[in-house]
Parts: sequence; structure tokens; C-alpha cells
Amino acid sequence: MGRYVIRRLLQMIPVFFGATLLIFLMVNVMGDPIAGLCGDRKCDPATAAQLKKEFGLDKPVWQQYATYMGNVFTGDFGTAFNGQKVTELMSTAFPVTIRLTLVAIVFEIVIGITLGVVTGLRRGKPIDTVVLLLTLIVISVPTFVTGLLLQLLLGVEWGVIKPSVSSEATVDELIVPGLVLASVSLAYVTRLTRTSIAENRRADYVRTAVAKGLPRRRVITRHLLRNSLIPVVTFIGTDVGALMGGAIVTERIFNIHGVGFQLYQGILRQSTQTVVGFVTVLVLVFLAANLIVDLLYAVLDPRIRYA
Amino acid sequence: MPEPHDPAEGAIAGTGAGGAMDLAASEATTLAPGEPGGPGGTGAGAPARSLWSDAWRDLRRNPVFIVSGLIILFLVLISLWPSAIASGDPLDCDLANAQKGSSPGHPFGFDGQGCDVYTRTVYGARASVTVGVCATLGVALLGSVLGGLAGFFGGAWDAILSRITDVFFAIPVVLGGLVLLSVVTSNTVWPVIGFMVLLGWPQISRIARGSVITAKQNDYVQAARALGASNSRMLLRHIAPNAVAPVIVVATIALGTYIALEATLSYLGVGLKPPTVSWGIDISAASQYIRNAPHMLLWPAGALAITVLAFIMLGDAVRDALDPKLR
Amino acid sequence: MRGATQAKWAACAVAVALAATACGGGGGGGGGDGSGIVGSSWGDPQNPLEPANTNEVQGGKVLDMLVRGLKRYDPKTGEAKDMIAESIDTKDSQNFTVKIKDGWKFSNGEAVTAKSFVDAWNYGAHLKNNQKNAYFFGYIEGYDKVHPEKGDASAETLSGLKVVDEKTFTVKLTQKFSTWPDTLGYPAYAPLPKAFFDNHDAWLSKPIGNGPYTVKSYQKGSKMELRKWDGYSGDDKAQNGGVDLKVYTDNNTAYTDLMAGNLDLVDDVPASQLKNVKSDLGDRYINTPAGIIQTLAFPFYDKKWDKAGSEKVRQGLSRAINREQITDTIFQKTRTPAKDWTSPVLGKDGGYSDSVCGDWCEYDADEAKKLVEEGGGIPGGTLKISYNADTGSHKEWVDAVCNSINKALGKSNACVGNPIGTFADFRSRASQQKLDGAWRAGWQMDYPLIQNFLEPNYYTDASSNDGKYSDKEFDKLINEANGETDTAKAVTKFQDAEKILAKDMPAIPLWYQNGSAGYSDRVSDVSLNQFSVPVYEAIKVN
Repeated sequence: MGRYVIRRLLQMIPVFFGATLLIFLMVNVMGDPIAGLCGDRKCDPATAAQLKKEFGLDKPVWQQYATYMGNVFTGDFGTAFNGQKVTELMSTAFPVTIRLTLVAIVFEIVIGITLGVVTGLRRGKPIDTVVLLLTLIVISVPTFVTGLLLQLLLGVEWGVIKPSVSSEATVDELIVPGLVLASVSLAYVTRLTRTSIAENRRADYVRTAVAKGLPRRRVITRHLLRNSLIPVVTFIGTDVGALMGGAIVTERIFNIHGVGFQLYQGILRQSTQTVVGFVTVLVLVFLAANLIVDLLYAVLDPRIRYA
Repeated sequence: MPEPHDPAEGAIAGTGAGGAMDLAASEATTLAPGEPGGPGGTGAGAPARSLWSDAWRDLRRNPVFIVSGLIILFLVLISLWPSAIASGDPLDCDLANAQKGSSPGHPFGFDGQGCDVYTRTVYGARASVTVGVCATLGVALLGSVLGGLAGFFGGAWDAILSRITDVFFAIPVVLGGLVLLSVVTSNTVWPVIGFMVLLGWPQISRIARGSVITAKQNDYVQAARALGASNSRMLLRHIAPNAVAPVIVVATIALGTYIALEATLSYLGVGLKPPTVSWGIDISAASQYIRNAPHMLLWPAGALAITVLAFIMLGDAVRDALDPKLR
Repeated sequence: MRGATQAKWAACAVAVALAATACGGGGGGGGGDGSGIVGSSWGDPQNPLEPANTNEVQGGKVLDMLVRGLKRYDPKTGEAKDMIAESIDTKDSQNFTVKIKDGWKFSNGEAVTAKSFVDAWNYGAHLKNNQKNAYFFGYIEGYDKVHPEKGDASAETLSGLKVVDEKTFTVKLTQKFSTWPDTLGYPAYAPLPKAFFDNHDAWLSKPIGNGPYTVKSYQKGSKMELRKWDGYSGDDKAQNGGVDLKVYTDNNTAYTDLMAGNLDLVDDVPASQLKNVKSDLGDRYINTPAGIIQTLAFPFYDKKWDKAGSEKVRQGLSRAINREQITDTIFQKTRTPAKDWTSPVLGKDGGYSDSVCGDWCEYDADEAKKLVEEGGGIPGGTLKISYNADTGSHKEWVDAVCNSINKALGKSNACVGNPIGTFADFRSRASQQKLDGAWRAGWQMDYPLIQNFLEPNYYTDASSNDGKYSDKEFDKLINEANGETDTAKAVTKFQDAEKILAKDMPAIPLWYQNGSAGYSDRVSDVSLNQFSVPVYEAIKVN
């Protein structure tokens, strides 16, 4: 187990550098960010040159990347164009997004798995068909349409929620945005659980358990669920990274000042420092989530041994 | 004996870096052959032909397949000949008609620019279907070639290709789209397709790799190797036909999500550009007017949802047919 | 049992969350005693909040609350009135003596002295400080030393600025500029306390000024809380307890929040919501002229657009745009069809004229078609109109302009919108002459003078003349006008120069932009100044 973790950690190193380099190059392709700082007027050439020098934009890209990474390892994520330290932006944005992601995951687990178990056990029954159809509809409507509709209906027409989230972004404000963010994954979790349950229901060990005369409830929770959850846990675990980075649309609709919001601002302003900084952290979260999921795998399924 | 299929990698086959487009992969994990300890690969001794002909026989009798197939056929036809069912010009707009509801000759009403919503919805199919189909083909091709090579050759090849796959997987999709597409000035569909291929291939690559590894261990492949078959012959004749099923399933489902992704990109201002007519452009324009003129949103969004639905259902049906465990 | 435990934990979390919703709710304090807080929409400022570094409305909003300069533009008339200035005297329109009033203080207790101004201006002008508005000090003698076009600065301070005593300083300009004192209401000319220079980082995270408000807290990229400063020395004291500025990325969300009672003031009502404004807000909606004009600029660096006859194409295109219909339908009358290249807020005396553009700005499809044909047709067959797609809902009107042109010319591909992903990229392409076809050009005045509408945009090689339009006669008239000491005569000269624009049509005037704002029933006395910035200090909370 220990050796396996170490090998995985070593494998992460090239992936980390590759992914940060990739995003660094992508942001650089966007071109000259300075022109946007001067409004509808041309920056005077001297100031523009001075700004470029200050942000290191006059150097070749590989050198910019090396300097940037060097700074990151000392904890310096640079400064956005409006003079705000990227670490400062992170310290306000990440807690908000982590809360939002947690709310989303709770929805995935509670609603997704429940619906999945119910439909998996009643395959072919009307409830199965209805839920399956609902998940398909959720998957096929783009998130921003769902989000805007919910905001309009719940926030404006019926006044059930506030249409936007305050800068404190408390958990109760994040329930509807969290649901919107989770919606597509939720549908997938439902379908995944359903398939998995349906498959394992016919497995020998379940038949044995039933034959032994165990109560139905115990068979389901102890034997069926535990084994069926493996692909679901895999999915949810790796979805963490996707949710945190993919919240750009949701955070925009509900004006949540989290990671997606800062990334969106950073991209519009072509602020390399902000975008690369946030993505670097997201890549780390993604890698860590992957590792944790793989380890959880072994916990859930004793047949798997890591060497 | 080389190390058997690494369970950890199998787990990652279902990981997604962001956006809806990776999600389909996770569902396919249940079908990814060679789950450790599980029953062996798809059809250990059965010849490839019977899997496909079995599947086809199944599909022909599956109403879900028939319905979704017909919808898709219809979509393809109207993307090729939109003028067959819509006589107007999608670019002929009169501001005097802005946001008006339906009227004779204009069943779906007008949008914020006074364009006929029906005509635009019909003409929008072309861009959306083109994006979906081309992006899927590109992703499937690039992903299965790279994944297949990694799985077949193993060793250093595998290590390098797998790490590169991880790198592209780690970039959140919507974010990558915002960054890459914001500099594009071309108003064709190709930059959007290119971006989807660039960030979408790892999903297929992982699945292809996994299924090639499984197929490689089959007895008949080992036998072919013992008989001295060349690498290319083994890959093309013996391994590919057995490894391609999971790729097809995931690709079909992914097709729908690419179409939805195009709409999301348009909403963020980096999708397709006029004078291209697409559902994404119309949906994002209409989302501003959601309170005043919901009909502007309803039709293109409905068309998009039905299209995505059709492809996902088709993928579902194909998976059911190809997965012997569910039979 | 791990799975089950997890599920149980999750269920609890949801229960807690739901309970919290039930208990939750909100709303700010209130009361008619002048202590209520106004919640207002905001955008994250693009540059650090230094006065000489702020060149857009969002940063401008904050500075308008935090700092006061020598002059201030009257929120109603736009007239430059003395604020801190006791007097600004000159005999030759080139050497000025500035005397400041007694008793002004910064909110940290420091007195506002002549030195506060001179130091601030020297800071703003110096190359090493990267101030984007440094060019404002370009008229002051010695600017070329502290801010050379190439290489490093050879002086630390502007030689044209001299502190005479505690309350007096003199300014020497490089040329005659009769209306120079009227430009001093721009925030770039604000004074700065010593604290700004002593601890710059601390100042940036909590700016200190001499205006009616002080910063209570600043959560960067998210929120700023400003509170009334009781020690404020001016007469325009805050009528409310403070203002909370909240950052929105999407003005639709801000408007939605206003309707839900979550916000008191939205000063940028999205075009798509304008149709609802009457039913949503009734009379709690204001729509007042602001010093902003939108035009379509053309590339004179491209020979195809700078040849004999191409002015006819531009005039034809101008006549193909149905301004009335677009301002009515898309903008719901929050724009006014343009009749010249300035703005009505200048007033007739200030140089505005409703007849300079004349027929060229009137819609006439037949004439348009004829003119474009006479001019040799649109170069390349299709006119591309570039704009930035990220902010400002430009897509709607560009599409509408193109549809109007296409309809008038009877070709469905005569004009097409060309969205560019980000404002930064758009500006980068425009300022490096990389755009082909036309592009949206907006001009928001820095100060209410006709000079500010014409010179930066159309003078040869001027700072915002991205299309590289150049006309000797125009340049000559502008120079003459700037040297004129008599204001009325200067304005006439400027108007003469403007007539050349009508002849050449270097940019098609589209419409004058109004400031529009909606507010909640919690507040009253809401108005916008001519820069379309809310007059925060006058707002009353009921």
C-alpha cells in the first residue's frame, strides 16, 4: 500500500507540471493583456512597456513559466492586474467554492444514490421509467438554462430564495446553486447506481445472503449497496475537481464570489497570474481526489490489493 | 507475465476533469471489461462477428433505439436540407417584429432581433449536429489511437501517454474553452470542434487503453502472437474489433454532451459566431429575455434537449446491446 | 458500513442546511435618520484604486465617494465648480496660480495642503508608478522628463509644479490651454495624503481620502463597505449612513437582485430588462443623458477604406442604420440617435449641435444603397463590425445594426458582427491596428468639454484615434481652438473642425448613451451625474 501511494505521488509530479505548463501556454496564447487596462484609449507606450516589464511579460514564455513556478513554490502566486494578491483572492474564493461543492456532493449522495437504489431495485417498474426519463431531461438541458429558470422562478416569481448569493455565501444560500451545479452529476449518479444495483442483485453473494434468510434491509445495505457503490464513489470522488473548476457557469448566474467567478474575471482580464494560480490549485485538488478515490476503492472492495 | 490491468487506472477511466463531457465515461466503467476479479473480458472465445450481429438483432427490436434513430435521421436530413421544411431566410430579420409571439406563417414567433424563430431553429440544427458529429469523430479517432497504442505497447509508451492523458484531463473543460476560444475570430465551426477534440480525447483514450489491455490477454490474441503475427495485424485484426465496443458507447453518449457544451460556450460568449446559425447562439441570446419572451428560449432549447436526448438514448441502447452481462 | 454512515452524515447536513434556510433571511438596517445603508451594484475595478490609475466607471464610483479635488463637476449641470480650490488664476492661459481653501482634511486627520496636490500629481505623472492616466499631466511642463516616451525618467518631479506656501502652488503648462482649470474635476487630479506614500500597500487595501465617505472594509474582488465620514469638510455631506458596493459579473443578476429586494441600486440596467422596467419599478427608474457617444470607427490604415469615394460608402452605411428603431426597440429609449460627434450634455454653448451630421445620420434605405454603390461598394463585399463579447451587451445592437444595413442594401451578407472574446483582446487588436472592417468605438468624456470629444478621437495620432484618421485641416482647427483664450470663440473653432468629420465620416455616430439606473423603494433622491455615476452622497434611505 505504501509503495503504491509513493508511486502514485511520483506519477503526479509530471502531470502537475504538464498541466500547469499547458494552462500557462493557453493563457499566453490569449495575447497582450495590457491594452485592456487603458479603457477605450490606447495605453501610452512608455507605461505599457513599464507594465510589461513589471509583470515579466517582456520575457520569453518558458522563462515566465520558470519564474512563476519558482515563485509558487515559495508561496507567492503573484498579483492580479488590479494590484490584488492572488493568494488574497484565493483565501476568499476557495472557502466559498468548497462550501458550494460540498452542498453539491451532498445532493449527489443523498438524492442520487437514493433514486439509484430505488430504481435499481424496481427495474422496469413505472417509477424506474419516470426517474430514468427525468435524469435524461436533466442531462440534456444545459446547466445555464436550468440555473436561469430556477433563479427566475424561485428567486423572482415566487420569492422563495434570494436570486443571488451574498459575499458571505452561507450554506443556506448555496442550496439552490448547489442543486444546479450538481444536477447533471446527480442524474449520472442515479443512473450509475441503478445499473450497478441491478447488476449486483443477481450476483451469487446476494443470492446466498437471501438464501441464508437475512432480512431484506440488511441484504440491501450490507451486501448489495456496499458492492454497488464502488463505481459511484469513483465517480463522485473524481467529480470533486470537476465541480470546483466547472462552477464558472453556476457562480456567474448566482453571483457567487468563488473560484469560478475569479477564474472568469481572470480570463476576461487575461490575468495570467490569477488564472494559472487558481488552476494550479485545482489541478492539485484533482490529483489528490483521484488518489483518494483509488485508495477508497480498496477499502470498499477487499478483493483489490495494491502493490 | 506483465502486471495485470492496474485497478487504479481502471478507476481513473471514470474520472472527469470538468464539464458534462466526461461524465459519460463514468457510466461506461460498468462496462469497461476486465474489472479486477470480475468475470473475464467481453466474449472470451466468441468470434467478433457474433457480438456485433447479436447486438444488431437486439437493437432492431429495441423501441428506444428505433425512436432515437429516427429522430437522429430526421436531424441529419434537416441539417443537410433545411430549406425543405423552412422556406424563410434565417438571416432575414426585421426589428419591427422583435419579440412578437406566434402569428400565421411564423408558428414559433420572433426573437429579439425580429428573426423568425422557426426558421432559425430549423437552420440551427446544421451547426449543432456538425459540432457534435465532428467533435465526436475527432475525439474517438485521436483517443482510441493514442489509448490503443498505450494499451498495446505498454511499458514506457504507456507511462508517457498515460501521463499526457492525465495532463489534458486535469484542465477543466469550460475553463479551457473560455481561454482558448476567446482569441478565436473565425466564424466557422472548426475552432469549437478543435477545442473539443483537444480537451475531449483523454476520456476515450482511457477507455480504449483499458479495453485493449483486456483484449490483449485473450487466448486467441496470445495464440496469434505465438504464431508470429505482426503487431499491426494483431492490433487491427484481433484486438481492435474486440476493444471498440466501449469506445462506441461512450462516444455516442458524449456526442450529445458536446452539443450541449456548444450552447454553454455560447452563453459564456465564446461559442459559435454569426452569421453561423446555431441553437447555442439563440439559446444564450434568449436567456436574457427569459422573462419577456419565453418562446424565444423554448424552441431552440427544446430542439437542443431532444437532440441530446436522442443521442444519449441511442448510446444507452447500444450499450445494452453490446453488454452481454445485461442480456 | 462506511457507505451507510456517509449517507447518514449527508442526510444530517441537508437537514441542517434546510433548517438554516428556514431561519435565514435578511435585509439591511434602515430608518429615516440618515443612518441607513445603501446597497449598490459594482464591478471589480480593473486597476488599483489610485486616482491617477482609475480610468473606468467602477473604480471611478469609489473615487467619487472617497476623494475631492480642486474642482467638481456639478452632478446636475456638469459645470466645473470650485471644490477645494479657492481660486485658480491665470493671465496668459499658460501659467496658473492655485489657491486652496482652509479647513480641508483627509479622513486620517492630515490637512489637505498644496503639497498634497503637488505630490499626488508628481506621483501620477511619473513613469515608474505605472499610472494609466499619467497623460493627463502631459500638459504640465517637465512631463517629458518624468515620463519620456522611451527609456528611463530623467527627473523625479514635474518642473512646472511649484509649492509656494501651505495653501498655494503654481502650475506652468507647455502650451496655452484656456480651459485647463475646467479639466481639474477629473479624479486623476485628486490630492493624496502622506499615508499614501508612507505605506502604499495599506492605502490600497483601505484607501484614505478627503471625500464624504471612508472605507470601512474592502474584500477584494467581492465587496466594499463605505461609511459616512462625519468629519467631512465639504457641503455635499452624505445623506445616508453609507454605501455597500457589491461586485456582480452579470448585470442581469444585479437587476434580478434589485427586484427581489436584495439590492437598493443598480446603475446599469441590462438592455434585455428595459422592457420590464416600468412594470417592475414604476417611477423608481431614471434615464438621464450622460456624456457618452457610441460610434462605428473605420480603419484608415487600410487603403481600401482610405481612398477617394470611400467616404460615400461610410455615409451610405450611416444612412442604412435605422437609429430610431434600434434605440426604441433594443435600448427602449435609453439611447438617443446621434446628430453629431459630441454629446448633448455639453449644451448648445458647450459645442453640442443637432445639425452637424444632418442627413448623413438620417435613415434612408434608397439613398444608402445609392451612396454605397457610388462609393464603389463595401470593400470585400462584407462589412465586419468587431466588438467585445464579454461585457456591455454589445451583441444585441451590433446584430441589429447589421440587420438594418443588410435590409437597406438588400443583401443578407453586407454586414456581420464579429465578437471578440475579451475586452483586453479587443482593445489590443484595435490599438495595434489589427482590425479589418469597422469596430464599435465608445467615448465617455473625461470632462465636459467639446475638446475632449474631438481631439483624442480624431486628431492625427491621438491616443484614441485607433483608426489612424488624419486630416490636416482638422488638426489645424483643433490647434487654433486650443490656443483661443475666449471660450465661446474656442467652441466655434471646435465646431468648425467637427464639420470636417461630417464630410469625411471617419466614424459613424450611432447614438448618445444615457445613464440608466433602477432603485428599490427603500431609497429616494437617486440621480446620476453626467458620467453616469450615481450621486451616492445625495441618496436618502427611507
